[in-house]
Amino acid sequence: MKELIMIIVGSALVNNVVLSQFLGLCPFLGVSKRTNTAAGMGAAVIFVITVASALCSIIYEQILVRFGMGYLQTIVFILVIACLVQFVELILKKYSRSLYNALGVYLPLITTNCAVLGVALINITKEYGLLPSVINGFGTATGFTIAIIIMAGIRERIEFNDVPKAFQGSPIVLVTASLMAIAFFGFAGLSL
Amino acid sequence: MNKYMERIYNGIIKENPTFIMMLGMCPTLAVTTSGNNGLYMGLTTTAVLAASNFLIAALRKAIPDKVRIPAYIVVIASLVTIVQLLLEAYLPIVNELLGIYIPLIVVNCIIMARAEAYAAKSSVGLSLLDGIGMGLGFTIALTIIGSFREILGAGTIFGFKITPASFEPVTMFILAPGALLAMALLTAVQNKLKLPSATNGSGGSNIGCSGDCAHCGGSTSAENRELISSREKGTAQEDTTAKTASDKENNK
Repeated sequence: MKELIMIIVGSALVNNVVLSQFLGLCPFLGVSKRTNTAAGMGAAVIFVITVASALCSIIYEQILVRFGMGYLQTIVFILVIACLVQFVELILKKYSRSLYNALGVYLPLITTNCAVLGVALINITKEYGLLPSVINGFGTATGFTIAIIIMAGIRERIEFNDVPKAFQGSPIVLVTASLMAIAFFGFAGLSL
Repeated sequence: MNKYMERIYNGIIKENPTFIMMLGMCPTLAVTTSGNNGLYMGLTTTAVLAASNFLIAALRKAIPDKVRIPAYIVVIASLVTIVQLLLEAYLPIVNELLGIYIPLIVVNCIIMARAEAYAAKSSVGLSLLDGIGMGLGFTIALTIIGSFREILGAGTIFGFKITPASFEPVTMFILAPGALLAMALLTAVQNKLKLPSATNGSGGSNIGCSGDCAHCGGSTSAENRELISSREKGTAQEDTTAKTASDKENNK
């Protein structure tokens, strides 16, 4: 139990997926203009990454390792993730319109989110079993959601500020992200 | 300049994937902690990009239009696996340095963007050169950013000490926050000098979703959402009546 909690804290805060590993940077910079959009994206990412970690872990252990095809992991994982996203979209569309309206529009964006593939690969590198993989996926995605919501909150305020002309647009967003990364760097001091 | 040299020039200068198009930001920020790392990452990506452009151009008539994206993904993922196995066998040090970012080349949007925008409708030779040009542009950009961060953050370049002993390295520049700060400075300079760049909307790009993630603002998904909600309004009348009722209550 203690180990699982350490995995969550480690993946959500200490090794934050966006601010210290630079995975999923495109949606982090792109979909962080408004807080509610950011929250929707975050929820969709939590859902997809958690399910994808479970699925990739099962497939890796039960199929790839058993038949000695571990080297196919990259190809298999990216296809599994792409199919999973399509599948989830179809299911949501059919059975839960409200959930589809909330999350569905972000789902196609997630296929190309390198955080999903990144987490699946990190689970393999760290030799996590099924449960730790799911926990690690959930923690990582929570870290992404925390970061993108904070970012959106700050960006909503920045709109009212007097930003130097050269820094308007992307530069000020990157400066903000850099300051957030410094803040998250403080979590590295947690002795886990 | 003939059309083959033009592709190389286009990749390195005119449509430089990092400086102008702002594609593939994740590896750009993650691995540029030193000039060497940037160079290795750039060359690995160049190998995959050239090979994928070559194969996709060769297969462009065989791949049905409807399933082209999954087909491209399979081609690219296979090539990345081949390159990763070769690196493990012959250059294990590069494999250790870049770690997880090598398999993640699969989701590098430069590769998909070139496949979709160029290789899918051009001849084999031109596509190969386009891949090499784009790859070299990426390599040069990563090496420059990596060297910049290495000089400021460690006082060295490609591992050789070049700054005087009195210079205290700003360690932050080789850590995660420094990557974002270096990128912020780069885009600010581009804005100031009005250089062409995707971040100030003057990069010019012709791919599907414009491939310009940093500048997209999620507007595509926001628009989709509004479309869906407006369509919902037509079908679900009771929802709107419930909403107006609650609005009236709020007004009271």
